[in-house]
Amino acid sequence: MALVLTEEQTLLRDSARGLITDKAPVSHFRALRDAKDRDGFSRDLWKTFGEMGFTGLLVPEEFGGSALGCVEAGIVAEEIGHTLLPSPFLASSVLAASVLSRAGSKAQKGEYLPKIADGSVIGALAVDERPKHRPHTIALKATRSGNGFKLKGAKAFVVDGHVADVLVVAARTAGGDDDAKGITLFLVDPRAKGIEIERTIMVDAHNAARIAFNDAEVTADSVLGEVDQGSAVLDGVLNIGRAVVASEMLGVADEAFSRTAQYLKDRKQFGKLIGEFQALQHRISHLYVDIEITRAAILKALQTLDEDFDNAAPIVSVAKARAGTTGTLAVQEGLQMHGGIGMTDQFDIGLFMKRMRVCQELFGDANYHANRLAELRAY
Amino acid sequence: MTDLEGFRRETRDWLEKNCPPEMRRPMLVESDTFWGGRNATFQSDAQRVWFERMRDKKWIVPHWPAEYGGGGLDPARAKVVREEMAAIGARPPLRSFGIMMLGPALLKFGTEEQKREHLQKICAGEIRWCQGYSEPNSGSDLASLQTRADLDGDHYVINGQKIWTSYANKADWIFCLTRTDFSAKKHEGITFLLFDMTTPGVSTKPILLISGSSPFCETFFDNVRVPKKNVLGTVNKGWDVAKYVLQFERDSISGIGDRGSKRAMSEIALNSVGADDKGQLADPQLRSQLASFEVDEVAFQFASERASDQVKTGQAHPAFSSAMKYYGSELNKRRLELFMSMGGSDALEWESERSKHGQTARTWLRTKANSIEGGTSEVMLGIVAKRILNLPGA
Repeated sequence: MALVLTEEQTLLRDSARGLITDKAPVSHFRALRDAKDRDGFSRDLWKTFGEMGFTGLLVPEEFGGSALGCVEAGIVAEEIGHTLLPSPFLASSVLAASVLSRAGSKAQKGEYLPKIADGSVIGALAVDERPKHRPHTIALKATRSGNGFKLKGAKAFVVDGHVADVLVVAARTAGGDDDAKGITLFLVDPRAKGIEIERTIMVDAHNAARIAFNDAEVTADSVLGEVDQGSAVLDGVLNIGRAVVASEMLGVADEAFSRTAQYLKDRKQFGKLIGEFQALQHRISHLYVDIEITRAAILKALQTLDEDFDNAAPIVSVAKARAGTTGTLAVQEGLQMHGGIGMTDQFDIGLFMKRMRVCQELFGDANYHANRLAELRAY
Repeated sequence: MTDLEGFRRETRDWLEKNCPPEMRRPMLVESDTFWGGRNATFQSDAQRVWFERMRDKKWIVPHWPAEYGGGGLDPARAKVVREEMAAIGARPPLRSFGIMMLGPALLKFGTEEQKREHLQKICAGEIRWCQGYSEPNSGSDLASLQTRADLDGDHYVINGQKIWTSYANKADWIFCLTRTDFSAKKHEGITFLLFDMTTPGVSTKPILLISGSSPFCETFFDNVRVPKKNVLGTVNKGWDVAKYVLQFERDSISGIGDRGSKRAMSEIALNSVGADDKGQLADPQLRSQLASFEVDEVAFQFASERASDQVKTGQAHPAFSSAMKYYGSELNKRRLELFMSMGGSDALEWESERSKHGQTARTWLRTKANSIEGGTSEVMLGIVAKRILNLPGA
């Protein structure tokens, strides 16, 4: 498979770009933020996402989806990154859809996938508990209770946790806190007794929540896949999530870069356009090259998830790590090269920096993934 | 089976029968590379046999037109030959600046006579070429070159000096930038000339580098007479030819990290510093540097693959090779810094058998030139600024 988009993928990109830049430029995000919107995203636009087929992009056709792949999910995510659009696309259309497709029973798939596909149900994945991403460090316990389980513990940094209609929760049914074995995935109703959801306003004003479980009861048929065997599914879905977040980060970085390159051609000081200063030319050129290298790695990761899922882990780690280092450089340079105006809230560039910081922490930052690559390569 | 699949099968079979096993091992020492030319010698029978078989098969340059000595293969078939050679680790039978740099320029700018005169001999490894570009006062600012070519009847008379001419002391012919008009603007008075290195008045002097002996030479021209039909392209428009050749040179330098031993860096590191009880490199800083490097190295490999796919689908920006040259050369310097760090004091030995006469140290020093040769990193960034980003005054 060539490392370029196919014609269909290019058409998808153009249609996502058209919709998002038209209906949701950066001012759309600002309005939600400034109004302290309860949902943190536009239900109207989400409905349009459903109509365009974006919400069902990864859902199998028999459940009303379009059965496309990770490349297509990444394409939509990249456009989302360009305008900082707050959207349940990642949590629901990518993560929840993937867990259900891969581990759901026939009944679970039949119950949830069609509604995830049309956007009428929003899913969210609750995995992390510590400040840094450690997907196997799970202390939230699921102990047997009657025919079902009782959940006790807490989750952090749950993207779209406070607007979800259904949660996918990674809990511990056996083993020590850091063991990969003994993790079980559960489908949980967020409105059930014993569940407390605290919306956490993050630096990027995108949705996230802490969720406390106080002996919340779930039935036996809420188990996704096999008891104690959840980490294989979880790891696979996290890889998809990482590559899609990396795509969003690429969009954020690319937008910061192109606005900055334009600024160099607009801003005059010392009697000339600042883009004539060689120091700035070199820095923006370096950034351009860095972004293009990262773009190739991300596309390769998305393609590998589609073509060779079980062997995608090292490439996904390269992609997420690169997205972090390149993305951080892009927003730092973006802010710095805009000078004082870059520090104002009124100007957009700072918003890109804030979003990038959050995306770094999501599902493992550059350090986490460089370390993971080393582990996969046995050193 | 499609035609192409059939061709792949035939290619695979032919290579299996005709590529000697010795020619499937990684190239590690200088004599592993065969450069051809009038004074060529072979390292071994295997090297000679491999070269002759590929030459007779016309696969020294599979994608050049058959009428000029190439294989006449379309891009898809030429790619199949490359892939099947790579699959068995087959060495290129001939390395040649004639193939890498001059050939494309001959195909684009050459007269019919020049193509027939030179391309065939390049494909047959009969003539070895060198490149006369840089001068002591014209490095980054190559267009300011001063080597003069004065027209005298049917000949140009060349006087001046070149520097960094790789293998000038071994080459048979040179492609050389000269100034034919001193009153025009610097880019508009340059002529691209081809001539025989045995022409009276040509002399060379090798340059010793910090890494030891090198192929680089100073080349001197003292009233060298060259037939005027040896102009490639048009008189005073040689800069266009020069720039065209530079693109290919940059592609080749950016791929420089791919050659050589495939032993994993981590293997070397584990050998040098040992592992802790978790099986991880016992030096956490080194481990971290190595992991970060490998992230970038893997990403760069994919970027190279993508760049190549974009060229094939007509999506590539013509100046993008400058971006790849920049990144690839800086990456290669980082790679060797890590090798030296991993090798510790063992890698510092300059002359022992143990250190293969300072192989790692010499390579480390040699890579410092990667970000300078073929256009410095700073010049590459300037090209990106000007031609890709369209920045003012670039």
